Amino acid sequence: MAPQAITLHDLTLGYDGHPAVHHVSGVIRPGALLAVVGPNGAGKSTLIKALAGLLKPLGGRIDGLAGQRVAYLPQQATLERGFPIGVGEFAAMGLWHETGAFGGFSGDQRERVRAALAAVGLEGHARQPLDTLSGGQLQRTLFARLMLQDAPILLLDEPFSAIDQRTTADLLQLLRQWHAAGKTVLAVLHDLHQVREAFPDTLMLARELVAWGPTADVLNPANQQRLRAMPEAFDARAPVCEVAVGEAAHSHDHHHDHDHGRAAGPHIPSTSSEQAEPLPRGAREPQP
Amino acid sequence: MTPDLADTGLWALLVGPLTEFGFMRRALVGCVALSLSCAPVGVFLLLRRMSLTGDAMAHAILPGAAIGYLLAGLSLPAMTFGGIVAGLLVAVGSGLVARSTVLREDASLAAFYLLSLALGVLIISTRGSSVDLLHVLFGTVLALNDAALGLLVGIAIFTLLALAVMYRALLLECLDPQFLRSVSRLSPLAHYGFLGLLVINLMAGFHALGTLMAVGIMVLPAATARLWVRSVPALMALAAALALVAGVAGLLISYHADWPTSPTIVLGLGAAYLVSLVVGRHGAWRGGQRRRRHLQA
Repeated sequence: MAPQAITLHDLTLGYDGHPAVHHVSGVIRPGALLAVVGPNGAGKSTLIKALAGLLKPLGGRIDGLAGQRVAYLPQQATLERGFPIGVGEFAAMGLWHETGAFGGFSGDQRERVRAALAAVGLEGHARQPLDTLSGGQLQRTLFARLMLQDAPILLLDEPFSAIDQRTTADLLQLLRQWHAAGKTVLAVLHDLHQVREAFPDTLMLARELVAWGPTADVLNPANQQRLRAMPEAFDARAPVCEVAVGEAAHSHDHHHDHDHGRAAGPHIPSTSSEQAEPLPRGAREPQP
Repeated sequence: MTPDLADTGLWALLVGPLTEFGFMRRALVGCVALSLSCAPVGVFLLLRRMSLTGDAMAHAILPGAAIGYLLAGLSLPAMTFGGIVAGLLVAVGSGLVARSTVLREDASLAAFYLLSLALGVLIISTRGSSVDLLHVLFGTVLALNDAALGLLVGIAIFTLLALAVMYRALLLECLDPQFLRSVSRLSPLAHYGFLGLLVINLMAGFHALGTLMAVGIMVLPAATARLWVRSVPALMALAAALALVAGVAGLLISYHADWPTSPTIVLGLGAAYLVSLVVGRHGAWRGGQRRRRHLQA
């Protein structure tokens, strides 16, 4: 199934009312190979979680996800490492969309599990218990499971963080194959060299959208300078973001009169407090 | 069976008591049913790191059973219904509190079950006799009537069917709940369905072994099996077999030595656990030896 475009409408995401992703708008076109970059605390993982459907927006909305299967590789898998299960059986859970909760595995499906393990360099490890894998091997196992999910949209949160260079190259090749097959692929990455090499498009996030477009345009020195300036401010008494008194923070029906769908440039709420402002003054629009 | 065979010592020791008396035959059937359903549930309790949750839930069903007793006396349906309702209330209530407040599931469960237990003890000690209290605390495996036996067997059949249906979802809910949520909507069903199974099995254990020991036949066989085998199906089979052997052995020992049955059964399981700790494949001694030696690849 071919992926459809995903549209972010003035999306604000966060935890406990505090925004981690603030007023981001834009379109992820079908078949994009998009890198998400930004410093720690920029909201990259939060954005990925929301796209995976695991986090409800504080404000704004995401369109185009309904009816599409999404495969998600979390930064830190929530799995129980000591669980008595073999690598092959674990990866085979990726076939859930075919087998459901009850179906058995056909010979063809077993063969695909074997092939997926081979593709991530774990051939012959199928019977190895999960709790004996190294961090990198576990990540490769998760990659194999992701492959078997065969979803039109793939979300990868720092997929190469614990993986050696040779395997990273193999897995990047896998990403290119998915891209060539027309899947939408989003990956959070820190290695900008890798991003320039393999990703045509980049979304740069510093809690607010810094830039979004072709990688060569986005990764310019000016933008990177702006990333470095992002403070990891957490203000426990930050004022409510531009909402009339009596209304809940970031309720679904509050609207800003900003121009939505803009691909680049930061998006500043007009009443944010001085210390909570994430970008240096030079980078901002004039206050209304 | 020839008469002289029946007179031989071993037969009289091991088989005679179980076939000769009606109450022993019933107890045997009850033990088989309990082992087949409680032990596999215990394996999932262990895998979900909920062994102590099982204990807490066992206490939580007490006031429900007590209120049932208050309203209808020592009536099986009333006490069973009350216990199941109380257990489900505590399970769902603590789950809701964990999801909607800062308290984690363990804290909210502890709060709910302590409340529940205090209420249960209060009701029983003000309204019941000490005989009833003994029934509640230690069960009546040697006095199972037809209705109780039917309940135990029914719960066992239902549990095995439900585990077969829920197996993969439950496995994934233990192993990687976030992944299960991302691929299917069965996650809450697996979670609450399992809690439901836990409650009805505790109720079965409650009738046979009493509220204090009910969780023993779940947790101990599972923990012992984990010291020997690795795969989940093997764990369930071995745990059920262990529970069955301990159940039968406990019945015989309590018959011959005139000991209370449910502590005897649980102590038998405890002995198996302690021995396995030392000599089990993944136990302290042999597991440790294996760690000191190593293979070529």
